[in-house]
Amino acid sequence: MKLEIAFLYHDLMNIYGDRGNIITMSQRASWRGIEVNVTNLSVGDPVDPAKYDFYFFGGGQDKEQYAVADDLKGQKGQSLKEAAENGAVFLTVCGGYQLMGHYYRPDDGPELRGIGVLDAYTVAGKKRCIGNVIVKTEFGTLVAFENHSGKTYLGSGARPLGRSEVGFGNNAEDGNEGAIQHNVYGCYLHGSVLPKNPHFADHLLKQSLQRRYGSVDLAPLDDTVEMAAHRTALQRARDTR
Amino acid sequence: MLQTVAIATGKTLLAILHRTGRGGTAFPGLVATRIAPNILRDLTARLPGGSAMVIGTNGKTTTTRLFATILEEAGLKVANNRSGSNLIRGLTSTLLSQASLRGKLTADMGLFEVDEAAFPQAQAKILPRLILINNLFRDQLDRYGEIDTVRKRWAETIKTLAPGTKLVLNADDPSMVYLARFAPEGVKNIFFGLDHPPLALTKLAHAVDAARCIVCGATLVYDAIYISHMGHYHCPNCGFSRPEPQFVIKEVKLSVDEGSEFVLETPDGPLMLKVGVPGLYNVYNAAGASAAALSLGIAPEHIKEGLAKFKSVFGRIERVALGEGRHLLLTLVKNPVGFNEVLRMLTNDPNRKLKMMVIINDLYADGRDVSWLWDVDFEVLADRLDWVHTGGLRATDMANRLKYAGIDPAMISWEEDIAASLKKAVDRLPAGETLYITPTYTAMLQLREVLQKMGLVVPFWEE
Repeated sequence: MKLEIAFLYHDLMNIYGDRGNIITMSQRASWRGIEVNVTNLSVGDPVDPAKYDFYFFGGGQDKEQYAVADDLKGQKGQSLKEAAENGAVFLTVCGGYQLMGHYYRPDDGPELRGIGVLDAYTVAGKKRCIGNVIVKTEFGTLVAFENHSGKTYLGSGARPLGRSEVGFGNNAEDGNEGAIQHNVYGCYLHGSVLPKNPHFADHLLKQSLQRRYGSVDLAPLDDTVEMAAHRTALQRARDTR
Repeated sequence: MLQTVAIATGKTLLAILHRTGRGGTAFPGLVATRIAPNILRDLTARLPGGSAMVIGTNGKTTTTRLFATILEEAGLKVANNRSGSNLIRGLTSTLLSQASLRGKLTADMGLFEVDEAAFPQAQAKILPRLILINNLFRDQLDRYGEIDTVRKRWAETIKTLAPGTKLVLNADDPSMVYLARFAPEGVKNIFFGLDHPPLALTKLAHAVDAARCIVCGATLVYDAIYISHMGHYHCPNCGFSRPEPQFVIKEVKLSVDEGSEFVLETPDGPLMLKVGVPGLYNVYNAAGASAAALSLGIAPEHIKEGLAKFKSVFGRIERVALGEGRHLLLTLVKNPVGFNEVLRMLTNDPNRKLKMMVIINDLYADGRDVSWLWDVDFEVLADRLDWVHTGGLRATDMANRLKYAGIDPAMISWEEDIAASLKKAVDRLPAGETLYITPTYTAMLQLREVLQKMGLVVPFWEE
């Protein structure tokens, strides 16, 4: 088996250590004997929508976000949309999450158009939501770190990834965190999120392989260290907020 | 009147804290500022030799100490915030400790290490003659905001500098060269930089922030990369490029145990210099401090002597003897770039298998978010370790990071309690060997307390 990973805007949308998600997907696949290929795709690089099983799209700074939004306007946005509608798995975090929605409206400056794969939109908020979080989801409890000022609201086409048990979540109002539509996941979860939520990582891995190989059984791994980190993060979230 | 009360209160608090053996230095300054808000400005205005300021993300404490050692070597009495307490209240505490009750200062000159976020406020109050800026890296984003925001705020502050101010900048960091554009007329930009091709890296590391041109956004072209995004660069689109520095580092010889030797070419001829702390980044720090001191008219022999005498700063790099030829080498880590440099230094001898301890806390001063560990290239440690212990509040996150970096989980053990974790590591350290310990800021404070209880290191405020 082979897993094709696309790292979207690896050079622009790479703050907050979200690269840990790529490392985790790659390692958990290769520890199971699955071949992995990671392709970095930046501004100007075309996307072949049939090629990739898993896309990662992380957070960036404001200036970079404009360059990326600009790049997504043309064929690239269309290709990503096509890939999403055909079942490719996307994990998108923070700025990446916002650009998967319809738009991001900043306080000043022009609106950023997203590709609209997620029925969601984001407006600039006044306060920054920062801290350890705990989220209850259908894939189990997730621990992570949020750091955003954008407030994201979901339309009827998307469903939340989960409920915020600790933390502000999408908009500090409705108690929800993240979004799911097709196999596209958006969230405000840094940390990186996948390394200490191996159950979620394996869910994404399984779903990514399904497109090409049908239902796949993943061999179990020894997750002692991962779950120890998971438990620490639960405790730190309760202690610090 | 208010000022006298503020000085008296501040000094009393300092005395109490010192007597009770607590090293925290910011609190008295905070109280004094509450009583008399302009106290920092009023005190610095009384320094006959004026003030200099050091800012930057990495290495500013070491640079400030190098700079101070040089000035002291030249016979100047320097008021210097030594213990890394570099917010406004820490600066105020420093001056209070050196002021008489009437506000008379014993120092000739002020030398202040200033926090990234405090730069605008500190500059307005201190009005320094010289500002040395080392570099700008991503550091604790949750505290300072994004790197663009920090750069913008610095640029705004630089626009307000008085004519005659000297701005000493690292030419190898594109952000520094960008900032120089904002210096108003009459401000003198002075650049230093490295030119030693054998040390150039072949590609940018993962943690790199500034591979894009700050002016136009095009990808920068590098002819040489020395540390992170620092090197010889130019923008093929708008022509933004590294200027030819007035102070050039050449012929660098690095050694982990001996420190480094290098030649600094200056407008008045070359200087052969030696700095007793290892790592290429400390060569940059030493060159920055030297360029700044020379620009203030300090004689070359004082530069040489000052650098040679330099003792390592609290916790930045420290060697502790344990007996039986065993040592601890402590190196503070606080962001991906700094950690990558430490790893580069530790792995530069291909025959050495490391015994390591990594201690990660997530308190406010460390940065609450430990995501940055995923931007550090721990992959270079695969096949280079004998074993590694992790400790601190995020011992498990660190252990997990190492596992995903390809290190055999059988080599990794973790334990939150720093004293217990250290004991286990030291117990298995053979005679004649060194344990390399890399703690975050508050982990370093705790570690030093543990070492002190073992009778090994003096508390830092007595250095």
